[in-house]
Amino acid sequence: MHPILKLVVQRIALGLLLLLAVSVLIYAGTEALPGDVAQAILGQSATPEALANLRESLGLNQPGYIRYFHWLGGVLTGDFGKALTNGQDIGQAIAQRLGNTLFLAGCAAAISVPLAIGLGLVAARYNGRWPDKVISGITLSTISLPEFVAAYFVIYLLTQVFPIFQPVAMVFPGMSFWAKLNAVALPVIVLVLVVLAHMMRMTRAAILNVMQSAYIETAELKGLSPMRVIWKHALPNAVAPIISVVVLNLAYLVVGVVVVEVVFSYNALGQYLVDHVAKRDLPVVQAVGLIFAAVYIGLNILADVLAIVANPRLRHPK
Amino acid sequence: MSNELNYIVKRAAKGLMSRREFMGRASALGVSAMMANALLASAVRAEEPKKGGLLRAGMAGGESTNTLDPALAASEVPFLVNMTWGEMLVDVTPAGEIDYRLAEEVSSNSDATEWKFKIRQGVEYHNGKTVTAEDVIATLKRHTDEKAQSGALGIVQGISEMSASGDMVTLKLASGNADLPFLMGDYHLIIQPDGGVANPAEGIGAGPYKIVENEPGVRHAFERHANYWDQSIAHADQVEVLVINDNTARTAALQAGQVHMINRVDPKIVELLKGVPGVSVEAVAGRGHYVFIMHCDKAPFDNNDLRMALKLSINRQEMVDKILGGLGSVGNDFPINAAYPLFDSSIPQREYDPAKAAEHYKASGHDGSPIVLRTAPGAFPGAVEAAQLFQQSAAAAGIPLEVKVEPDDGYWSDVWNVQPFCASYWGGRPVQDQMYSTAYLSTADWNDTKFKNAEFDELLLKARAELDATKRKEEYSKMANILRDEGGLICPMFNDFVEAKREEVGGWAQDPNGELMNGRALVKCWLNA
Repeated sequence: MHPILKLVVQRIALGLLLLLAVSVLIYAGTEALPGDVAQAILGQSATPEALANLRESLGLNQPGYIRYFHWLGGVLTGDFGKALTNGQDIGQAIAQRLGNTLFLAGCAAAISVPLAIGLGLVAARYNGRWPDKVISGITLSTISLPEFVAAYFVIYLLTQVFPIFQPVAMVFPGMSFWAKLNAVALPVIVLVLVVLAHMMRMTRAAILNVMQSAYIETAELKGLSPMRVIWKHALPNAVAPIISVVVLNLAYLVVGVVVVEVVFSYNALGQYLVDHVAKRDLPVVQAVGLIFAAVYIGLNILADVLAIVANPRLRHPK
Repeated sequence: MSNELNYIVKRAAKGLMSRREFMGRASALGVSAMMANALLASAVRAEEPKKGGLLRAGMAGGESTNTLDPALAASEVPFLVNMTWGEMLVDVTPAGEIDYRLAEEVSSNSDATEWKFKIRQGVEYHNGKTVTAEDVIATLKRHTDEKAQSGALGIVQGISEMSASGDMVTLKLASGNADLPFLMGDYHLIIQPDGGVANPAEGIGAGPYKIVENEPGVRHAFERHANYWDQSIAHADQVEVLVINDNTARTAALQAGQVHMINRVDPKIVELLKGVPGVSVEAVAGRGHYVFIMHCDKAPFDNNDLRMALKLSINRQEMVDKILGGLGSVGNDFPINAAYPLFDSSIPQREYDPAKAAEHYKASGHDGSPIVLRTAPGAFPGAVEAAQLFQQSAAAAGIPLEVKVEPDDGYWSDVWNVQPFCASYWGGRPVQDQMYSTAYLSTADWNDTKFKNAEFDELLLKARAELDATKRKEEYSKMANILRDEGGLICPMFNDFVEAKREEVGGWAQDPNGELMNGRALVKCWLNA
C-alpha cells in the first residue's frame, strides 16, 4: 500500500474513534445540564401533571445509557430522530441548515482565502515597507474588532448610509443564486474581515521564513524578479503551514459563526443549535454537536493530509 | 411636511377633526387652501384599503423549535402566525366587544350555564372543506385532552358538555360564566378541520391567509385564501413573517424597508427611532404587567403588615420612567387596568410612601434581617434593575431588601412559584375573570402568590355567572380592593406594547388585546404603494 494512502486510512480511523469519544462526551454533557426538557418546554406554565405527562411522552424516564445506545444506533443508520419541541425530523432540518452554513462559509472562503494569500505575498514582497505596514495594520484592526461590532458597523454603513444591501440575510429554497449571493453579502463581508488577518499573517510569516534560505538567494542572483522568486520558489516550500491555517479558518467558518448568524438572522446551523439549547431539545443539540465535531475533525485530517502531500520528502520516502 | 401638518392631515383624514377646523389650522401653518385640499384628498385616499402587494412583519420571539399547533402557541411569532392562518369562533375588538367570526350569533340562558353558538355557513378551510359545528366540537375536545398540553386547557375545562346539531353548537358549563364568548376568542382555540386531531400542526384553518412556506425560527410565508368569507380584510396578496430576534437587525430591517412592521422596539431606542423618516413608533397600552410576587403563606410574607410595607415602599412612577422608558403606566397591586372591560377607575392609586411603609414594617414585628428578593434578567426586561430600584426605595423606608440575581436558566422551574419572593410577569387575559381565575383563585394551578381568600373566591364565582354588567363591575371592584389590600402581588407597572411600522402601512389601529393589533396586523393592514 502506498504510504500516503496508508496514512490517510490511519487518520480517518483515528478520526472516527475520536468522533465516538466526542459523542459520549456530548451525550453525557447534555444529560448533565440542570433542568430537563419538559420543564424548558412548558416554562412558566408547567403544572406537575403537565410535566409528568410530557416526560412520559418524551421517554425521559429511561436511564441515560440506554437512551445513549438508542441514539447512537439511530445516528449510525442516519436517523437523528425528531425534535422534542416541534416534532420536526432532525435529519431534514439539519440537511437544509447545513447547506446554508456551507453556502455562507463557501462564499466567505472563496473571497478570503485568495485575498489573504495574495495580500500575504504582497506583504512579504514589501516586507517592512509601507504596503506591508498598511496591509498588516488594516487586517489586524479588523481581526481585533469583535464580530458583532463589525456586523453592526457594516449594517449601518451598507444598509442605512449607503442602502446597497439588506440587513436580514435569510435565504430560502426558491431564491435564485444571485438573490442568495445578494442576501449573504453582509455576513460574508464580516466573516472575510474576521478571518483575513490570521491567514494573511501566516502566509507572510511562512514566506519570510523561507526567504532566508540559500536557494532563494540563488534565485535572486539568477536575476529573477522578486514576485517570481516568491511565487515560484518560496510559496511551494511554505505551503504546509499556510494550508493548516487556511483549513483551521474554514473550520471556524463552519462551526464558529453563530454570532454573525444571529445578527443577520441567517438561517444556518449555529442559530438552529442555539434555539434548541435554550429549549433543552437534547436530540437536536446532540445531533448538531456531533456534526460540528465531525466537520472539525474532518477538516483537521484534511489539513494533515494536504500538508504531507505538499511535502516532497514525505511524498517520496526513500 | 412638518410634523404638525402631518398630524392634522392624518386626524382630518380619519374624521377626528372637522374639515373646517383642518382648513383653519392648515392655513395657520402657512399652507394655501388649494394645497390643504390636495393634502387632505390624498390622505383620505390613503385611508382607503389598497389591495395587493407583499406585506412583511419582522418579529422577535420566534425559534426554530416553534410549531403550528395552536394549542402550543406561547411566544410572539407563533401567535402572529396562527392569527394569520387561523380563525376562531369570535375575536375581541379593541373596544372590548365581540367580533363575530366563525360564530354568527351567540346566546345564553339566564344563569350563563348554557351557551349556543350559531356557526357561519359556507365558510371554507384552506383545504376546501367546509367549517361545521362538528369541527368546533372536535377542536374544543382536543384542547380538553391533557395530552394536547393546550394553553387553553383552563378555559375549556369548565365546559361539561358539548353537542352539535345542524349549524348550532351548544356548550354546557359546570358553573355559569358570562365571559364564555370572550374566552372562545382565546388565540389557542383556532377551529381546525376535524379538530386537528390527526395532525394538529398542519396549519390548515379557515383564516384569511394560507401557509405556503413554514420554516420555524426563520420565515413563514402566506398567500391570500381565495375563498375567504370576509371581503373587508386580507388586503395584501401575500404576507410574510420574518423572524429577526436581534434588536438592531430588526430595527435596521424596518429602516431599510425590508419589513413593514416590527414588534418589541427596545424602549432605549424609541426616541432615536422617532426621528427616522418613514418610520413611526406605536406604543399601545395593553394588559401585560411586570410584578414582584410574595407567597402569602410563607414567613415573613404571611404577615399582611409586612406585605403592605413592601407595597408602599416601591416607587411606581420611577419604575415606569426608568424601566419602561415612560412607555407604560403605573400599577395598583391588582392585575387589572383600564384596558379591561368593567374596570373600576375610582380605586385610589397606591403611592410611594416611605413613612407609612415604615409604620407597617414596624407593626409587622419583622426582625430586621434582609428580605431576599430573587430576580433574573429574563424575569422581565429590566427585572434586575427594577429589583435594585425597589431595594433603594425600600431602604429609604428602613426595609432591608437583598437582591439575589438568579440565572435565567431554570428560573421558571426553580424560582418562580417556588421561592417566596421573586420578580415575574404576566401577559394579561381578555377579561378580568380569566386573569383572576388563572392566578388568584385559591385553587388555581398558577396561584403564584399563594393567595387564599374565601370572600374573594366567592365573589369571583358570583361575578362569573352575573349577566348584569353593573353588578359585575361592583363585584370586580370589591375583588380588586381585596387583592390590592391583602394580596401577595406587588404590581408596579403595566408595560405598553412598543411597535414600529413604516408609513406606507395603512389601516393600523391600536389594540390593547395583544401585540401587533392582537396578532391581526398582517390581516387588517394594507400597503399604500
